[in-house]
Amino acid sequence: MPAPERKLVSITSKPKMPDYVILRRDDVRDRWVALAPERLIELDERSLDVLRLCDGTRTVDQLAQELAEAYDAPSEVIAEDVMAFLQDWSDRLLVKL
Amino acid sequence: MSAQLPPVGMLTELTHRCPLQCPYCSNPLELHKAADELSTDQWLSVFDQAADLGVLQVHLSGGEPTLRTDLEELVSKLAERQVYANLITAAVTLTRDRLAGLADRGLHHVQISFQSLQPERAERIGNYKNALAKKLQVAEWARELGLAITLNAPIHRQNIDEVENFFDTAVEIGAERIEVAHVQYYGWALLNRAALIPSAEETARAVEIVDKARQRLKGILNIDCVVPDYYAKYPKPCMSGWGREFFCVAPDGKVLPCHAAPSITSLEFDNVREKPLAEIWENSDAFNRFRGTGWMKEPCRSCERKEIDFGGCRCQAFALAGDAAATDPACTLSPEHEAMRALADKESGEPPPAFTYRRIGAAV
Repeated sequence: MPAPERKLVSITSKPKMPDYVILRRDDVRDRWVALAPERLIELDERSLDVLRLCDGTRTVDQLAQELAEAYDAPSEVIAEDVMAFLQDWSDRLLVKL
Repeated sequence: MSAQLPPVGMLTELTHRCPLQCPYCSNPLELHKAADELSTDQWLSVFDQAADLGVLQVHLSGGEPTLRTDLEELVSKLAERQVYANLITAAVTLTRDRLAGLADRGLHHVQISFQSLQPERAERIGNYKNALAKKLQVAEWARELGLAITLNAPIHRQNIDEVENFFDTAVEIGAERIEVAHVQYYGWALLNRAALIPSAEETARAVEIVDKARQRLKGILNIDCVVPDYYAKYPKPCMSGWGREFFCVAPDGKVLPCHAAPSITSLEFDNVREKPLAEIWENSDAFNRFRGTGWMKEPCRSCERKEIDFGGCRCQAFALAGDAAATDPACTLSPEHEAMRALADKESGEPPPAFTYRRIGAAV
C-alpha cells in the first residue's frame, strides 16, 4: 500500500464530508455545529453554506459559483476563501478532497 | 453563583468489568461489580437528560463498554438524539457482527487502545492473551465498515520506545486520529507509578517524536497528545476546568466532575438514581466546590494563567499535596513541585517493580 499523502485542494477537487462528520443544530446554544471524533466545531453561516455543498459531486469551482450568486460577490474572491477553508478542513480530516 | 453554562461532553463508564487488567487503568481503585450498574432504562434516561441539557459528545467507556449487552440500545438512543457517540474499547471481545450492528445503529467512531505493538509485551501489560492480533483485526473491521478510528496509546516507561511505531501503525490501519496518552498518575497508575513513570530524557524524546509527526502527518492523521505532566512547567487544564464543560457518570450512577474524582475522599457525589442530571450539574456540591476561580489559594489566586489551566488537576493536588484545593504539584510554582519531580527522577531511575494488575479487590 502506498504511503498516504496530504491532499491539496484545487479548483477541480470534489469535496465531500465523510460519514463520521455530522452537522447539527445545537438548540441549547442557538448555533450550528460539526461533530467529529472527539471534535466539536462551531459553525458560522458561511462555513455551513460551504459544507452543505460538499456532497462529492460539485467541484470547488461550481461550489464557488453557486455561493457567488447567493452572496452576490465575485466568484474569484469566493473561490479563494473556499479553497483556504477546505484545505484547513481537509488537513483536520473533516472534509475529503 | 450565576447560572451554570451547559455541559458539552459526558464520559459514561458503563461498567467497570474488563477483560484487560492494565496497571494504569483510569478507573478508581474501588471497582464496581456488575450488580451495582445502572439498568438499560436508567442509562437511556441519562442520555435523554444529557441531550436535553446540551451534551453533544458522549464517550461510551468502561471498563469495557462492549460487555454491556444493551450497548446497541444505548447507541440507538444517542443517534436518535443526534449526540455523537465515541466507543472507547479494548476491542478484544468485539465480533464483526457486533461492530456492524453498532455502525448500523449510528456509531461513527471507535477508539481502540493499544498497550504495545509487540505481541508479548502487549500481553504482559494488559495481562490478556493474544490482545494485539485481536485489536488489529477489529481495526480492520472498523475500517471496512467505514467507522472513524482512533488509535489510543497509553504511554509509560515500558513502551515509550514505541511512540514512533504507534504513529506508523495508526497510518497503516487507516486511523483518522491518534491519542498519545502519557499515563496520568492517580488511581491504579499512582499505585503502579514506579513501574510506569519514564525518565525526563525519555519523555523529552517522546515529545520530540510527536512534534515531528505533527509536521510529517499533517492532513493524514489527527494527533492529540496528553502530556506527561510530572516533567511539565505548567499543569494541564484538567477537564478544561472543573465542572465547566464535562462530567462523568460512573457505573453505579454517581455523577463525577472527572472520572478520577472519587480519589478525593472529602467529596460526596450525587447519583442519577436520586436526582435529575440538570439539578446535579447546577447544584451538586462536588461540582461547585472547584468551579471558577474563587476556591483558589496562592499561587493560583494571583496567577495570570488561572483561567488557562484552572489550577491543574484537583486529584493530583489531593494525592500529592494532601489538599484538593492546592495548586497542582505539576506546576513549577507549586511548593510541592520539587518533591514531585525528585520522586519521578528517583523512581524512573530504578528498575521497574512488578505490576499490580487492575482487578476487583487487588488494591483495597
